[in-house]
Amino acid sequence: MTWDQGLHGAVVSLDAPAAGGVTRELTYLEAIRDGMRFMMRQDPAVVLMGEDIGVYGGAFKVTQGLIDEFGADRVIDTPMAELAMIYAAIGLSFQGIRPVVEMQFADFISTGFDAIVQFAATNHYRWGQPVPMTIRAPGAGGLRAGPFHSQSNEAWFVHTPGLKVVAPSTPADARGLLISAIRDPNPVIYYETKYLYRSLKGPVPDGDQAVPIGQAALRRTGEELALITYGAMVQECLNAAATLEREGHSVEVLDLRTLKPLDEAAILASARKTGKVLIVHEANRTCGVGSEVAALIAAGAFEYLDGPISRLAGPDTPVPYSPPLEDVHRPAAQAILRAARDLLAY
Amino acid sequence: MELTDNLLREAHYWMRLTRALDDRGTFLHKQSRIIGGFFSQIGHEAISVAAAMTLERDDVCAPMHRDLGAYLVRGMHPRRILAQFLGRATGVSGGRDANMHGMGDMSLGIIGFISHLPASIGVTAGVAQAFKLKGEPRVALAFFGDGGASQGLAHETLNWAAVFQLPVVFICENNQYAYSTPLTRQMRIEHIADRAAGYGMPGLVVDGNDFGAVYQATYEAVARARAGGGPTLIEGKTMRMRGHAIHDNMAYVPPELLATWSARDPLVRLELLLRERGLLTNTSLEELRTRIEHELDEAQAFAEASPYPEGSSVTERVYAQ
Ligand SMILES: Cc1ncc(C[n+]2csc(CCOP(=O)(O)OP(=O)(O)O)c2C)c(N)n1
Ligand SMILES: [Mg+2]
Repeated sequence: MTWDQGLHGAVVSLDAPAAGGVTRELTYLEAIRDGMRFMMRQDPAVVLMGEDIGVYGGAFKVTQGLIDEFGADRVIDTPMAELAMIYAAIGLSFQGIRPVVEMQFADFISTGFDAIVQFAATNHYRWGQPVPMTIRAPGAGGLRAGPFHSQSNEAWFVHTPGLKVVAPSTPADARGLLISAIRDPNPVIYYETKYLYRSLKGPVPDGDQAVPIGQAALRRTGEELALITYGAMVQECLNAAATLEREGHSVEVLDLRTLKPLDEAAILASARKTGKVLIVHEANRTCGVGSEVAALIAAGAFEYLDGPISRLAGPDTPVPYSPPLEDVHRPAAQAILRAARDLLAY
Repeated sequence: MELTDNLLREAHYWMRLTRALDDRGTFLHKQSRIIGGFFSQIGHEAISVAAAMTLERDDVCAPMHRDLGAYLVRGMHPRRILAQFLGRATGVSGGRDANMHGMGDMSLGIIGFISHLPASIGVTAGVAQAFKLKGEPRVALAFFGDGGASQGLAHETLNWAAVFQLPVVFICENNQYAYSTPLTRQMRIEHIADRAAGYGMPGLVVDGNDFGAVYQATYEAVARARAGGGPTLIEGKTMRMRGHAIHDNMAYVPPELLATWSARDPLVRLELLLRERGLLTNTSLEELRTRIEHELDEAQAFAEASPYPEGSSVTERVYAQ
């Protein structure tokens, strides 16, 4: 097993949704690919761009096979130049093309930072020209990939007006949010979680099933405590919630899904209902998404709280490589349980 | 490509208008009517006007802060430009962006620039890539400076454009300085255009103060790009005849250097040529200048009569709907 295959000893399978319609069992990775394929079939303006995404199928094989169906003009292998790539994507978008740009790892997005935060993010505000562009950023850790292949750097972009940021946690959302991202007239940073690529499987509805940007999903309802989270931490929180239930506690899990704009109503509803909130993310803590969620709750649900708004996040360090180090860095069910029990006992 | 009488007369109008609008901006800034910064382009009239005049209506270009001439040639009305300088709602960016920044309008094929030089060359390459993907016989043209040439993006973009053989023309306006930094602190080579060889594209050095030289070189590059021959890098040698922006007295520029370039004023040179061809007299020059002043009076009146944007609209337009 290597980092590009992911850690997939045990594959988690999600239950089928109650709603009707045709669904398929797909891994998280297959769902992303299926989302791209769906949009490319539907809209000839959708074009993929990235390093090694063509014949090779991408470092993680997310785009595998797409070049066979859509050709090298729509699945474009580029030089190793993220800054030029994202600037070029902006230019493509000015001519009616819908570029979907793959970062080989979310970590390398910093190389294209100017193009995103200075040009793409401000353009509509400045001279009214939209920048419909999706950047796929394979992020987060747990794969023993070290400081430059494990980053959760979404907060950089959440802080930037003009961008949207999504972070799906299930195969169905991976597909549905990608469809929405590609259709959105604004630049969207799409954080996909490498850890889930092959370790998470689930039912994915077929056809035009967009998941709207800006809506959180309640993954589990409960009365005593809300775990508010996103990305790979959703599964960890669900595991923790199941354990706590066996201990007699009623815990809910809110999956943010979109990090910008945050679903403020869903966050406040969870906080008001349970009175206790634990925010969980892999990204390091200071000025992370959890900081904003905590501030929203402090301002909008203060009278409902029965305990301190709590956060469990990666410590403020680079993501370390060696297993004993990374295991402490990355919140997992055990750490979530400890923090949750403290808060429940408060 | 022949420099016809009509072409030269047209160029003369645009270059005179460019300089007059620049003077008008300087005047308004001195009167504190334009607040913030103001970038003069004096010395750049030939490059910006000539390069823009080689483009067709459906082509796209990305002017930077000293390419007022290109905006005008592409059809951006001085009214909108002065309203932009004055921060009015009728300005190109509706008061959102400052001075020359963000003056984009895709309906005129103009990409608005951001301060982060040379960002727009990257976007322009993308526009050219779209033309190529769609099989449209259109060309994109981008300007950048000798300072911008030192940025990593200049390398990435030139290489990118060459790898994909994009229909794009890069015009490097080598005006001897980047803010206070002289060329010797920017590079160890004499000609930026020499770098083109390293990317596998043609590179040309032209006299940037000679309208005809810029026009002919760019015309050929545009024709080659349109015919599928890929990108070209053209370096126009010129001189920034004012400070970096209006606050800068450019005490660091040796007076001899300015004197040398004063004698090469692009507008004076074009007018000399026009006179040689019998296309310009003192009277006709005076008529043209008067006509342009009237146009600018009208534009200024429009801009000054325009409202400021509502303060409460500050959060509008962050996102496209
Ligand atoms: C990336 C970046 N760094 C710094 C600046 C500040 N700055 C604005 S213009 C300029 C000099 C630009 O020189 P050049 O590219 O030669 O263009 P010129 O102004 O001479 O036309 C500098 C340093 C900037 N705009 N962008
Ligand atoms: Mg310069």
